[in-house]
Amino acid sequence: MKNTYRTQKIAFSLLFLATLLIVIPVGLIVVIIIQKGLPAINWQFLSDIPRQGMRAGGIFPAIVGTIYLVTGAIIFALPIGLLAAIYLSEYSKDNLLTRLIKLAIVNLAGVPSVVYGLFGLAIFVVFFKFGASILSGSLTLGIMILPVIITTSREALESVPYSFREVSLSLGASKWQTIRHIVLPNAVPGILTGTILGLGRAAGETAPILFTVAAFYLPRLPGSIFDQAMALPYHLYVISTQVPNVDEKIRYGTAFVLLSLVLFMNLVAIIIRYQFRKKKKW
Amino acid sequence: MAKILTKGLDLWYGSFHALKGINSSFEANRITAIIGPSGCGKSTLLRVFNRMNDLIEGVRTEGEVLMDDKNILSSDMDLVALRKKAGMVFQRPNPFPLSVYENIVFGEKIHAEKVARDRLDEIVETSLKCVLLWDELKDRLSESALRLSLEQKQRLCIARLLAVKPDILLMDEPCSTLDPQATAKVEELMRELKVRYTIIIVTHNMQQAARVSDDAGFMLLGELIEFGKTQDIFTAPRDKRTEDYITGRYG
Ligand SMILES: Nc1ncnc2c1ncn2[C@@H]1O[C@H](COP(=O)(O)OP(=O)(O)OP(=O)(O)O)[C@@H](O)[C@H]1O
Ligand SMILES: [Mg+2]
Repeated sequence: MKNTYRTQKIAFSLLFLATLLIVIPVGLIVVIIIQKGLPAINWQFLSDIPRQGMRAGGIFPAIVGTIYLVTGAIIFALPIGLLAAIYLSEYSKDNLLTRLIKLAIVNLAGVPSVVYGLFGLAIFVVFFKFGASILSGSLTLGIMILPVIITTSREALESVPYSFREVSLSLGASKWQTIRHIVLPNAVPGILTGTILGLGRAAGETAPILFTVAAFYLPRLPGSIFDQAMALPYHLYVISTQVPNVDEKIRYGTAFVLLSLVLFMNLVAIIIRYQFRKKKKW
Repeated sequence: MAKILTKGLDLWYGSFHALKGINSSFEANRITAIIGPSGCGKSTLLRVFNRMNDLIEGVRTEGEVLMDDKNILSSDMDLVALRKKAGMVFQRPNPFPLSVYENIVFGEKIHAEKVARDRLDEIVETSLKCVLLWDELKDRLSESALRLSLEQKQRLCIARLLAVKPDILLMDEPCSTLDPQATAKVEELMRELKVRYTIIIVTHNMQQAARVSDDAGFMLLGELIEFGKTQDIFTAPRDKRTEDYITGRYG
């Protein structure tokens, strides 16, 4: 009797410690970045171009570049991902081809991001001759976040109760009308959540943009989608490892901005999901 | 003339023979009840009439089902037209997670080329009046349909169906989730509706069948054992198995 109790106590403690171990690094990262980065944040830092070989000035071009890249990635990945998700959840039959597609998506999610970078270099930069440009970078990031968007969208679509589809069809609606008027509207929050998580991922990755778009130093804003651009994660890498004697404040300030951007997006995703759960009543 | 006539109707789910040589006829402006123990094929038969079984993979149907003299099983049947004509009320009230108003105009929005706002308003009013909900809900049209009571939901579902102007109402245990009071109200509604529609109701509830239906059919293991006037079936069943079921000797 007493033994079981003790075993249970120990098991509980172990599980609790393991969970705590997950929280500690997250907490530490956030605390350190805030502590060291926050003092660097001021209007000039956010709105000025880098100066004196990136040892002074701001990070405005990198912020803008990241926003461009993320927007481009979503313009490309959301329609394709959503259509693929609709096909998979609503139209595909359970056959070899479908299983192959699903397997491909799972594997795509597991590909290391540097491989996406090389892929983007080969396909978009070299083969399609887009050069190192916002276009190439966006497409590469778009492909990288496709699996997230497809998977979450599919889950959102599949969680719409079958009875809704059944009624709609029984009222004479076609399959497409049912999807368009009943399934999609009810899946929007889930799709949005997935999209934002994808955005966060795209904003934070360095490797995929390394060879496809990122400029080492470009003290002006990109003029078209065929221009190179600076981006926050790559800029952070550059000022941390490639340029000597950069003030720690600037490095942590950049990290702070990047982290805030990503965490903010995740927060929005969480809020949407929460609101949706609260309202959902079927 | 019969509104729906089935001739030697057989249906298989894969290799499972769910409907066996069903011959029946359903008259307009009457309520026909289909009774029988669980799993005997009542819902399956009902879903033949709006071809909802088509959605299930591996279903094969043979025989003829004539609706207004047209074989609805033929491969060139227009399913949209069929489902507008033969509408279904489901066991669980299943309004869309939309407002009361949006629920009712769903069919019109889907089917009409162009929808004018006053036309929609008119449809909402007539449909709700048909199901005796207008007075209760006329000030709550923009409220979510999910907030209604179960009985109101079920009546709303019937209103949503009436809005697409069907001829035939297929009701699959429409009262099984309702309490006796609500059930009585829906039955009352059915009696009013039968003046204009052909109603087929599947029910587990023997008293309900006896109360509301004019004709009745008893099914057992995919066969239609007996079919006729409700009164005859309940007072003088011709088949021993019907008698056993009605008197409660089946599990
Ligand atoms: N999709 C399906 N695939 C295979 N078999 C099915 C399917 N749907 C129903 N069946 C089988 O067909 C038979 C008839 O089912 P049906 O739903 O028509 O019965 P029912 O009389 O409506 O029963 P209940 O009173 O429980 O609703 C049952 O034995 C059931 O197991
Ligand atoms: Mg049934």
